[in-house]
Amino acid sequence: MLAVIELRGLRYRYAQGAEMAFVDLKLAPGQHLLLRGASGSGKSTLLALMAGLLTPAEGQVVMSGQALQELNPRQRDAWRGEHLGFVPQRLHLSAALTVRGNLALPYVAAGLRPDGQRCDELLEQLGLAAVAERLPHQLSVGQAQRVALARALVRRPRLLLADEPSASLDDANTAQVLDLLLQAAYEQGATLVLATHDARVIQRSASFTLRVLP
Amino acid sequence: MSLLKLAWRYLWAQPLTAGLNLMLLSLGLAAITFVLLVSEQIEAGVRRDLAGIDLVVGAKGSPMQIMLAGVFHLDVPTGNIPLATLETLLAQPLVARAVPLSLGDSLRGYRIVGTTPDYLDLYRARPGEGRLWQRPLEAVLGAEVARKTGLKLGDRFAGSHGLGGRGDAHDEQAYTVVGILEPGGTVLDRLVLTDLTSVWAVHEAHHEIHEEDRQITMALVSYRSPLAAISMPRWVNAQEGLQAAAPALETARLLRMVGAGSEVLRGFGAVLLLAAGLSVFVALLHSVRARQSDLAMLRMLGAPPWRVGVLVSLEALILAGLACLLGLALGHGLTALLGQVLAAQQSLRISGAWLSPWEWGVPLLALGLALAAAAWPAWAAFRLDVTELLQAPR
Repeated sequence: MLAVIELRGLRYRYAQGAEMAFVDLKLAPGQHLLLRGASGSGKSTLLALMAGLLTPAEGQVVMSGQALQELNPRQRDAWRGEHLGFVPQRLHLSAALTVRGNLALPYVAAGLRPDGQRCDELLEQLGLAAVAERLPHQLSVGQAQRVALARALVRRPRLLLADEPSASLDDANTAQVLDLLLQAAYEQGATLVLATHDARVIQRSASFTLRVLP
Repeated sequence: MSLLKLAWRYLWAQPLTAGLNLMLLSLGLAAITFVLLVSEQIEAGVRRDLAGIDLVVGAKGSPMQIMLAGVFHLDVPTGNIPLATLETLLAQPLVARAVPLSLGDSLRGYRIVGTTPDYLDLYRARPGEGRLWQRPLEAVLGAEVARKTGLKLGDRFAGSHGLGGRGDAHDEQAYTVVGILEPGGTVLDRLVLTDLTSVWAVHEAHHEIHEEDRQITMALVSYRSPLAAISMPRWVNAQEGLQAAAPALETARLLRMVGAGSEVLRGFGAVLLLAAGLSVFVALLHSVRARQSDLAMLRMLGAPPWRVGVLVSLEALILAGLACLLGLALGHGLTALLGQVLAAQQSLRISGAWLSPWEWGVPLLALGLALAAAAWPAWAAFRLDVTELLQAPR
């Protein structure tokens, strides 16, 4: 089966000159990867390389047989919009937009008309239908986390990246978010890459392939 | 949701800043629109009222005053001149026509002018209702006079002594309305016209005056040849008691004076616009910084850099578009208001409905200003480092 994402001989050189090498990886559709490591271990750099936001000094990131480095910046942007879902550590919900408006952002970013039916479906699925017209500051922490997840899923990505998704959550919300990520990835057949150093997440990630970054 | 709608939401997420910028931009554009509309209408009105009048001859005094009193009926005349002056002027080979005007009375502030039908010919005016005067104490009303006074054909009225409408009424010498002129947008709209003998009759009711002692207020002269412009004013000024006023020169002087006022107002508008432009620039730059994560998220979600730059520019363009509509509306509104004030003073005709061929410059100005104000913030948005999204909390 064609790997959703494959990392081959990847090295990244920081602006200060330091260089970091990453192990080779090959993730099949539906597979889950847990990137574990302390702060500064390169988790975020690796996510940025996978998202095509950083250019490696050596090696390749191959997505469904296509090396990202061979795409021009415009094609990489389009690829990211179409195939990648991202849940950032800080949620970065737009304070000016309602929950529904935040769900429409991935479409606006790609210059597409929002799919109202898909948005409604996700709002229902993630228990957000009742707060669809609320602004982010009117949401609970758990609700806001689910909105960020819904935004990442709305365009049915093949690769779902989550950067420290439990950083500001209590135990109950951490468990809920992890369950939702796994459920969403399962239902969409998406490959999930989760970067964390949170022991609570690590304890609940039996289904993940583990990669420990030094 | 489109990019435009997103820009709209972002813009109004800070309603106070957006409202203030909108107000500044609108006021600047309104000031410029107002100056444009008013100065154009004054110039057009002046051109209309000057129709074919090459020289105004009045009693010794200020040429500007003679021109304002004789052509635009805005100032008081400098005095009277002998009726015989008319014959003297017509005897000059370079004079094609000399139209006498005799002033002195008014009807509710509108001047009663004793003249000949030649005065109407100057403006190609004709009665829309009724006819011209045929005998003394028959009057033809300008369109505005008829509308404002409510007088109709056959009605009688008495003129008040003096030009301000507050003098004693000549009750024993009432005029009969025999005609109402079609509206022409000229000074005739604001006048009551009658023949010279009527004015004399009203003022000679109690004492007889010999023909050789009769006077007129001024004469409007049309030349046979443009060459007369060199010699005729000099010749008139050399005559005892006579003063020549060349309307072309005097109106040019007048418009320069009015122009100075316009320049001040235009400058004020430009300062307002500059302040608005700077304010929009600062607001957008601040907004790009405040919404750095929003914009970076858009990039993460697949928006190419140019789309993020366009989003920021759209905020400025929306402001400019709204300010343009408000500025034009306000500019026309202020012009209409000025028109009403001037109409109440029976002065120049200014309309808020006037459309200037140069008005397209207002949206263009707003567009240019918006693009200039948005250029740097849009560039900052274009160059945003999206990898910051992936970093630990700031």
